[in-house]
Amino acid sequence: MSGPSTYEPKAGLERWLDSRLPIVRFMNDTLVTFPTPKNLNYWFTFGGILALMLGIQLITGIVLAMHYVPHVDHAFNSVERIMRDVNYGWLIRYMHANGASMFFLAVYLHMFRGLYYGSYKAPREVLWIIGCAIYLVMIITAFLGYVLPWGQMSFHGAVVITNLIGAIPVIGASITTWLWGGFAVDNATLNRFFSLHYLLPFVIAGLVVLHIWALHVTGNNNPKGVDVKSKEDTVPFHPYYTVKDGFAISVFLLLYMSFVFFNPNILGDAVNYVPANPLVTPAHIVPEWYLLPFYAILRAVPDKLMGVILMFGAIAAIFALPWLDTSKVRSMRYRPTARLYFFIFVIVCLVLGYCGRQLPDGQVIPGVSGLIWWDADINSFVWLSRVATAYYFAYFFLILPILGLTETPLPVPESITDPVLSHPATTPAGAVASPEKRG
Amino acid sequence: MLRKSIALAAFGLAIIAGPAVASGDPEPPKSVAWSFAGPFGKFDAAQVQRGYKVYREVCAACHSMNQLFFRNLGQKSGPFYDPEYKNPNDNPYVKALAKDIQVNDIDSETGDTIQRAGMPADKFPSPFPNEAAARASNGGAMPPDLSVITKARDGGPDYVYSLLTGYKPPPAGLSVGAGQHYNPYMPGDLAAYWTGKGHAPKGGFIAMAAPLADGKVTFDDGKPSTVEQQAKDVVAFLAWASEPKQTERKQFGFGAMIYLFIFSILLWFSYKRIWRNVGH
Repeated sequence: MSGPSTYEPKAGLERWLDSRLPIVRFMNDTLVTFPTPKNLNYWFTFGGILALMLGIQLITGIVLAMHYVPHVDHAFNSVERIMRDVNYGWLIRYMHANGASMFFLAVYLHMFRGLYYGSYKAPREVLWIIGCAIYLVMIITAFLGYVLPWGQMSFHGAVVITNLIGAIPVIGASITTWLWGGFAVDNATLNRFFSLHYLLPFVIAGLVVLHIWALHVTGNNNPKGVDVKSKEDTVPFHPYYTVKDGFAISVFLLLYMSFVFFNPNILGDAVNYVPANPLVTPAHIVPEWYLLPFYAILRAVPDKLMGVILMFGAIAAIFALPWLDTSKVRSMRYRPTARLYFFIFVIVCLVLGYCGRQLPDGQVIPGVSGLIWWDADINSFVWLSRVATAYYFAYFFLILPILGLTETPLPVPESITDPVLSHPATTPAGAVASPEKRG
Repeated sequence: MLRKSIALAAFGLAIIAGPAVASGDPEPPKSVAWSFAGPFGKFDAAQVQRGYKVYREVCAACHSMNQLFFRNLGQKSGPFYDPEYKNPNDNPYVKALAKDIQVNDIDSETGDTIQRAGMPADKFPSPFPNEAAARASNGGAMPPDLSVITKARDGGPDYVYSLLTGYKPPPAGLSVGAGQHYNPYMPGDLAAYWTGKGHAPKGGFIAMAAPLADGKVTFDDGKPSTVEQQAKDVVAFLAWASEPKQTERKQFGFGAMIYLFIFSILLWFSYKRIWRNVGH
C-alpha cells in the first residue's frame, strides 16, 4: 500500500547516509508522504493521541522513579515527598496518575472506533492483534503502577488480584507464592512490581512500533471501510493528518489538563491516601474505573475459577474478533442491524463499568426487593452484571458470527471518492462537483 | 450517529445510576462554601493561621501530621508566608512557632535522647512514640495521621467539618459502648446496636469524643471562637496541609489552559486552511 519510496535525498550527506542506513527515507515515508485515506474523521485521531500519552507516561514515569522508594516503609512517604518537596513533583505525579486514566480513555475510544468501522477485518488482523496485545500489557502495567503508592487500595487491590491466580487448580497456590516472592503481598512483591512497572512500558513501546509497522503495510482503514483504489482517495500524512491529529491532541490535552490541574484526585479513590495496612481491609475494594467492567464480569460469576476464566475470556474475545465477525462489510455505516447491536454493546460496557463500582448486593432500583432467583435478588447489581456479561459474550460469539451471514447490508460505495453513496454527514456541500480538481 | 450513541449511552447510565442508599450509610456531609474550592479558590491566610492554632492546641494532643515540616508554614501559599523571607527557614514567625514545640533529638556529644526547641526544618513531632502507645492512650483506637486527611476521606473537607460539628447525643434505643461516641456522619452500620423502632439511625461510632467546644481556642484576631468557626478553620488548615502546593497548581493550570485553548484555536484554523481544497 505504501508503495515504493519516492524519497530523494538532496544534500550530499543525506545521499551518503541513505545508501548505508536509509533512516531519513524511512521517517519521510512513514511520517510525511505516507498516503492516508482522505475521509478519516476525528475517531481516527486517537492513534496519535495514544502515541503522545505513551510518551508522557514514559517521561513522567522515569522522573518519578528518580524520587520514588520501592519499600513498604517508604513508598507512601516518598510519593508524598514528591508531592511536597520535589520541584513540580505534584505536576509530574498528577500527570502520571491522570495520564493513566486518559491513556485508557483514549485506548477505549480507539478500540470502539476499530469495532465500529471493522478495522480488525482482513487484511488488518495482525494489526488488530498487536493492538490487543498492547491493551493487555497496558492493563498489567496500570495494575502494577497502582500498587506502587502503597496506599490501602494499592495493597488490598494487589491482594485481591494476585489471589485470582490461586483459583487455578493444583498449581495456583504455588504460582501465587512465586509471584509474591513470599507468603503474602509484602516488600518483595512491591519491589518486583516496581521493576516490572518500569519494564513493561518499553514492551508497549516495542509493540507500538510493530503496530505502526503493520498499519503501514495495510494502510489505514477509513469510515467507509472500502479499500483505497487510487491516488485520488488519499492525501499525504503530512501536513493533512499532522495538523488534524495535532488539533485533536490539543483538545484532548485540554481535557487531560483540566483533571491534572483542577480535579487531580477525582478519578482515584480517597482510601488510597491512607497508608497500606494489611490488618485493616477497606469497606469496598474496587479497581480504577478503566478496569471496572472486567471486575463486574469477575464478580458476576459465583465460582471463583469460572469468574477468572470469564474475565480473561472477555479480553481473549477481542483478540479472536477478526475470525468471529463473518461479515465482509467493514464499516457499520452500511450494516444498520450490526450498528444497533454495536451501540447496545457500548452501553453494556458502560453498565458493566457502573456495576463494577457498586456493591454486588446493592439494589439497582431502590426499594424493590423480594424476587430471589438462584442466589440473589433479581433487582441487584450482581444480576445486572450477569445480564450485561451475557450480552458482552453474546456480541462476540453469537451476534457478530450469525449477523454476518444473515443481515442485508446497505450498498457499499465503490471507492472513498465515490460521491453517490457517501455518507451525507461527512460529504461537504459541493463535494460532487469536479472531483478531478480535488486533492 | 456516533454522537447519538453517546447521548443514548449517557441516558442509559442516567437511568441506572440512581444512587443506592443502604441503611448503613452515614448522613451526607454538610456542604460548606470553602474559599479554596474550585479552580480559582485560594486559602484565606488568616483562616489557615487560626486553623493551625486549633490543630496545635487541640488535635495535636493525639493526632500526628508526619508529612508536615514547620518550614511548610512559611513557604509560598503557606499561612505564614512573608514575601520578605523567600526562604521559609528565615521567616521569624515560623521560627517562633517551631521554637514553641519541643522535638526529640540525639545529643551529638553523648548520644543520649534529648528534647530541644524546634526549628523550621523539623517535622511536626508525633504525640506518641509509636502506634502501641497511641492505642494505649486512646482506648485501643489509633488516631489517624492528619497530613492528607481531607484527601483520604470521601467527602473531603466537607466530611471532616461535618464530623467535627456533627456530634449528637445518641438516640434512645442505641447502645453505645464504653469509649465510643455516636456521630451521624461517621461511616458504619449501627443495626447490631439498635433496639429502637424502625431503621437503625444513620452514622456510626467513633472513639474520639467531640474534640471542639465553644471558647476552647482563643483566636488572636478576635474571631468568635464557636465550634463551627474552630471546625471551619481547622479544616481549612488540614485542606491546605493535605497539598500545600494546590494554589500554585491551580494558578499554573489556569495559564496552561489558556495556552492550550489558544493553541487549539490556531490549530483549528491551520487545519481548515490546509484542508480547504480537499473534498472529504
